[in-house]
Amino acid sequence: MRILVIEDDKEAAGYMLKGLGESGHVADHATDGEDGLAMASDGGYDVLIVDRMLPKLDGLTVVERLRAEGHQEPILFLSALGDVDDRVKGLKAGGDDYLVKPYAFTELLARIEALVRRRNPAEVETSFKVADLEVDLLSRRVTRGGTEIQLQPREFRLLEYLMRHAGQIVTRTMLLENVWDYHFDPQTNVIDVHISRLRTKIDKGFDTALLQTVRGAGYCLREPG
Amino acid sequence: MNLARTMHTTAFRMALIYLVLFGVSVFVLLGFIYWWTAGITAIQTDDTIDAEITGLSEQYRAGGVTGLATIVRERSRNERQSLYLLINPRRTALAGNLNGWPDVTTQEGGWLDFPYQRPIGGKVETHQARGRHLLLGQGYQLLVGRDTHERLRIEKIMRRSLTWAVVLTLGLGLIGGLMMSRNFLRRIEAINRTSRDIMAGDLHQRVPVSGGGDELDRLADNLNDMLEQIERLVLGMRQVTENIAHDLRSPLNRLRSRLEVTLMGEASENDYRDALQQTIDEASDLLDTFNALLNIAQAESGQLEADSKDFNLSALVRNLAELYEPVAEEKSMTLTSDVAPGITVYGNKHLMSQALANLLDNAVKYTPEGGNLTFILRNSNNRPELIVADSGPGISAEDRERVLDRFVRLEASRASPGSGLGLSLVRAVAQLHCADIELDDNLPGLKVVLRFEEQEMQQA
Repeated sequence: MRILVIEDDKEAAGYMLKGLGESGHVADHATDGEDGLAMASDGGYDVLIVDRMLPKLDGLTVVERLRAEGHQEPILFLSALGDVDDRVKGLKAGGDDYLVKPYAFTELLARIEALVRRRNPAEVETSFKVADLEVDLLSRRVTRGGTEIQLQPREFRLLEYLMRHAGQIVTRTMLLENVWDYHFDPQTNVIDVHISRLRTKIDKGFDTALLQTVRGAGYCLREPG
Repeated sequence: MNLARTMHTTAFRMALIYLVLFGVSVFVLLGFIYWWTAGITAIQTDDTIDAEITGLSEQYRAGGVTGLATIVRERSRNERQSLYLLINPRRTALAGNLNGWPDVTTQEGGWLDFPYQRPIGGKVETHQARGRHLLLGQGYQLLVGRDTHERLRIEKIMRRSLTWAVVLTLGLGLIGGLMMSRNFLRRIEAINRTSRDIMAGDLHQRVPVSGGGDELDRLADNLNDMLEQIERLVLGMRQVTENIAHDLRSPLNRLRSRLEVTLMGEASENDYRDALQQTIDEASDLLDTFNALLNIAQAESGQLEADSKDFNLSALVRNLAELYEPVAEEKSMTLTSDVAPGITVYGNKHLMSQALANLLDNAVKYTPEGGNLTFILRNSNNRPELIVADSGPGISAEDRERVLDRFVRLEASRASPGSGLGLSLVRAVAQLHCADIELDDNLPGLKVVLRFEEQEMQQA
C-alpha cells in the first residue's frame, strides 16, 4: 500500500515510516498541514495517516479540504486528544478512524489495513466465506462444512466483524470499539474470553483452527496455510 | 480607609445622587410653603386696604371732602396699622397720619409701596408700607395704606429658617451617606483582604459573612462556594501530581534501569528481545495508569457538560453484564444480573461504562473460583440503585473509605495486577453523576452500591 503520513513529530514519523516499510508498505511523509494537503491532493495514496495538531494547517482542516475536493481515500486520525468528543469531531471532519496517542504500532497497522479493506468492497456483501466457514448476514445463518452453528447475537456480531476483516489482524481494542462500542480498556481479559467462546463454537471438532491468536497483537480469522 | 477613598465608592456616589434629589425636593417643598404663606398675607393686606377704600369713598359720596376729612382724622387717631392721607389740589395735607405724599411712582390700579417715618416711643423708624390712592375729583386725593413692616419681618424669618432647613437636610444626608458608604467599604475591604490572602497562597481563607442575608452576604456566600470548589480542584491537582510522582516514577525508574543494565553486559539477541518486550509491556502498564489518572481528573474536575446527555443506564448495565458474563463463567463463577428496564440517567456514558467495568473487573479479580457475582440495577424510591456484589474476601470496615483513594491497594491485592486507581475512578464518576457510593459487607464479600439522584422516569 502507498501511505501518506502527515505528522510534525519527525522522530515519531521516522519510526512509523520504518515500521510501515518493514510491514511491506510504501510510506511518504509530510511535516506540516500545507505540505500534507498538497501531497495528498496529488493523489495516488491508498490511505492517509493525519495528526490532529499540525503546523500551518491543522489536521481537521486538511481532511475537510481533501473531502471537499472529492478525495475518497480512507483517513486515520492520530491525536493526543482522546476524549470521545474529539473522536467525534475527527470522524465528522471526514476521518474514517481515530487513534489516540500513544498507541501500539500493531494497532496502527491493523487499523489502516482494516480501513483500506473496508473502502474497497466489491459490492455490498451479504455473505462471507473463509475456508468452509460461511456466514449469511440476511438469514443470520452460520455454517461450517455444511453444519449449522448456533450463535448468540453478540457472538454473531463478533464473527461478522472478524469475517469482514478476514486475513487481517484485528486488535482487542478494535473489537471492543466496533463490536461493543466501548472506548476503554478493561483490566480483565474479557475479549479473550469472548473469542475463546466463539472459537469453541466455530473451530472445535474441526481439523483446522480458523480463528487464530496473533501474539502481542490480536486475532486473525484466516485459512491456515 | 480615608475620605478620598470613601468618596470614590459606589455607595457614596449613590448616597450623593440621592442627597441631591432629596435636597431639590425639600427645597421645592419648602419654597412652595413660603410662596403660599407669603402670598396669602400679601393678599390679606391688599383686601383690607380695598375694603377701607370702599368704605371711605362711600363716606366721601355721603359727606363730601369735609365729611371724609373728619372720618380720616378720627381713624388716624385710633388705628396703629392703617395709614391715611387726604390732600387738596395744592397737595396740602387735610387729614391723616402720614407726614407727606410718598415720593414713589404709582403702579397699576393705584397701588404703591413706599417707606415712611413712624414715630415709636419718641424715636422715628423708617417702615415699609403698601397703599392705594384714590382720586376724589376736583384735585382731592386720598391715600390708604398699611404698615407691612411686621409682615416683611416674618417673611424674612421664614426665608431664613427654610434656608437653614435645606442646609441641615443636606448636611445630615451627607453625613449619613458617608457613614453608609464607609460601612459598605469596610465590608468590601474585608472581601478584598480575603482575596489578597488567597492570591498569596492561603486557600483556606473565606470571605466573612455578616449573617444579615443582604446582597453583600449573598455575594460573600457565592464567593465562598467558588473558593470551596477552587480549593477542591487545586487539592485534586496537587494530589494527581503527587500520585503521578509516586506511582509513575518507580516504574519509570525500573524501566530505565532494565534498559541500562541490558546495555551494560554482553547479551544475546534473545536477551535484548526479552528486555525490549518487557519494556513495551511496562510502558503499556504505565500508559494505562496514566490514562486512568486522566480519567479520574476529568471526572473530578466536574466537567459533565462537554459530553453529557441522558443515556439508558439499563442498556449499559445489560451490555456490561453480557460482556463480563463469559469471564465469570471461565472462573466458574455465576454472574447474576437483574436489570430494571428503562432507567435513564444524565451524564457521561463512557465514563460510567469505564467505572462499572472497573467494579466488575475487581469483582472478577478478587472472587475465588466458584463464587457468585451479582449485578443489579433497580429503582428504590424512584432513585436508580446500582449494586455490584461479589462473594470474595470483601474489605474490612476500616479500609472501606480508604480504598476509594488513589493508589490504595490493600495488602491482600498486591499480588494481582492493577494500579489501585479503579475504585478512585468509580468514586469520581459517582460524584460527577451526583450518586452516593457505599461499600458494604456482602456476607461474605464486597457490595458496592451506587445510589443516583431521583430521576424523571421514562418509559423504555
